[in-house]
Amino acid sequence: MVVELGLTEQEHLKLYRQMLLIRTFEETTAEQYAKGNITGFTHLYSGEEAVAVGAMSVISDKDYVVSSYREHGHALAKGATPRAVMAELFGKSTGISHGRGGSMHLFDPDLRFMGGYAIVAGGLPISAGIAQAVKYRNGDEIVAVFFGDGAVNQGVFHETVNIAKLWSLPLVLICENNFYGIGTNVSRASAVEDLYKRVCGFNIRAVQVDGMDVMAVRKGVEEAARISRGGGGPTFVEAKTYRFRGHSMSDPDEYRSKMELKIWRDRDPLTKFSSHLVNEGTADQKTLDEIKREVEAEVADAVDFAEKSPEPPLTQLMDGLYPNGSA
Amino acid sequence: MAEIRYREALNQALREEMARDDRVFVMGEDVAFFGGSFKVTEGLLAEFTERRVIDTPISEAAIVGCGIGAALAGLRPVVELMTVNFALLAMDQIVNHAAKIRYMFGGKAKVPLVIRCPGGGGHQLGAQHSQSLEAYFLHCPGLRVAVPATPADAKGLLKSAIRDEGPVMFIEHEGLYGLKGEVPDGSDYLVPFGQAAVTRTGKDVSLIGYSRGAMLAAQAAEELAQKGVDAEVIDLRTLNPLDMDTIIGSVKKTSRAVVVYEAWKTGGAGAEISARIAESAFDHLDAPVARVAGGDVPAPYNKHLEAASLPQVEDIISAVDQIVGV
Repeated sequence: MVVELGLTEQEHLKLYRQMLLIRTFEETTAEQYAKGNITGFTHLYSGEEAVAVGAMSVISDKDYVVSSYREHGHALAKGATPRAVMAELFGKSTGISHGRGGSMHLFDPDLRFMGGYAIVAGGLPISAGIAQAVKYRNGDEIVAVFFGDGAVNQGVFHETVNIAKLWSLPLVLICENNFYGIGTNVSRASAVEDLYKRVCGFNIRAVQVDGMDVMAVRKGVEEAARISRGGGGPTFVEAKTYRFRGHSMSDPDEYRSKMELKIWRDRDPLTKFSSHLVNEGTADQKTLDEIKREVEAEVADAVDFAEKSPEPPLTQLMDGLYPNGSA
Repeated sequence: MAEIRYREALNQALREEMARDDRVFVMGEDVAFFGGSFKVTEGLLAEFTERRVIDTPISEAAIVGCGIGAALAGLRPVVELMTVNFALLAMDQIVNHAAKIRYMFGGKAKVPLVIRCPGGGGHQLGAQHSQSLEAYFLHCPGLRVAVPATPADAKGLLKSAIRDEGPVMFIEHEGLYGLKGEVPDGSDYLVPFGQAAVTRTGKDVSLIGYSRGAMLAAQAAEELAQKGVDAEVIDLRTLNPLDMDTIIGSVKKTSRAVVVYEAWKTGGAGAEISARIAESAFDHLDAPVARVAGGDVPAPYNKHLEAASLPQVEDIISAVDQIVGV
């Protein structure tokens, strides 16, 4: 058995399982979208699984996570059940946000999954505020915030990094650079293409990792989390990754060449990791096939659950807008 | 009952709530070492240290965003935006985030956040520093909007805002900070949201205002009394919740209403109030609802032009003259 970064065989298989769960969930979501069971803006994470799974594997359950609108993977990797997420995509009352949020607005405070925000960079200052609360209480948690390459061009991104450094907040900034803000390549949007360099002026630790390699993400985020947890202030990890599908389900994806897609598909984080596991003797194909069957059954069960779940009653339209006990 | 200024009343509210609850903290531009641009936070740093009285960079979106995050994580931040004009830089955080989070996350999130900001004109500060923007926030479901006119309400409403479980836009008036008034003693003095104050009872016309508009209405009522017109004056105190019961009850009695507000007339809070009166009390009205409001123009610097752009007591009297006796 090969052990990397102190991982047991079971831990290796858990990484594989989680990535496969996200991939299966996302491809099933696409099918359900095509059937009309899911509507609205739905941004799939297929291709980027190594980032969420790698990052989440080196932070603890009590650490906070803030995400963007491409968030199914983050929520699942943080522990949300496929049932709760799929039911939300179906708009059902059993969904993780009771059908009020949809694909872009998942939230579960018990999992410390502090929300998906659908304004580019909108979750960034919120993540700093959560980190501020941790520090206020002398806690030892960190906050991991996920955002895309487009977010670094928003003013509030720079406001947030400045404040996080100024106040030495335990914040790990994880930039998922999938090279496209909808249809605009990063080279046409950012004056500097290596996005980790965009925070150099703040004098924080910033690294670039291969976002298609779950072990590389683990290594980068593990180090960043250790620094931020240890009082070293914010850290920045740029994970270069790729989405295998369009920006959202309504994107015909006509701006990327077949050649480019093939190059990245050949670097599929799942096949890369499963080959690695088999080649190194960590798992045999039979074990991986068994995991695949389990994951497929779990996602099928989530769809079944979502289909059978009730719609939120119309009488509850206004519920939750203002808190109980509001002045 | 002590007589103190509006700014002192706000300061007391902050001090009492911070003493009462360690989760309450203050942050904003120049709130700590400088003591606040309008001295509302003066002395708090010495009493509560930098842990709880925090100067920020000039980054309004991040200030509000941090407040939201801290609130989500269980604290009760009171953030100060130096003026409501600068709230526009934080509109995404206020409207897209603070106001939405609880609802869009299925009621599972709590954002007990107070956003304090001075607003209003009258100090020759020009177009970018003299605005009354409460209607922007009133328009957005999910935000409470408090607009105190007196020292007592400033204190009681701010304490209620801090204890509220949701986001509150707390808009103070720059022209009222020096106003003196009686403020009840006791650290549990609260003014509940959604309860307008009838500050003068009368039978001939209802003058409905908030913030400085309520003060103008009260002054106009005194002058109208000399002319034999008995005006009722309502200070709304909060715009969300809006105390329509008190407004409609008064209009049913007087059959005439004048809404007084300093903001631009078009699309202002007074437009909403007028529409609701028309919807709910049309049969009781003896005259159209009148609005005495700010002119639809950026605030000019020149003293006389600025005065002409703001509602004045005589404007209210003249509006009443036109509808009383109709």
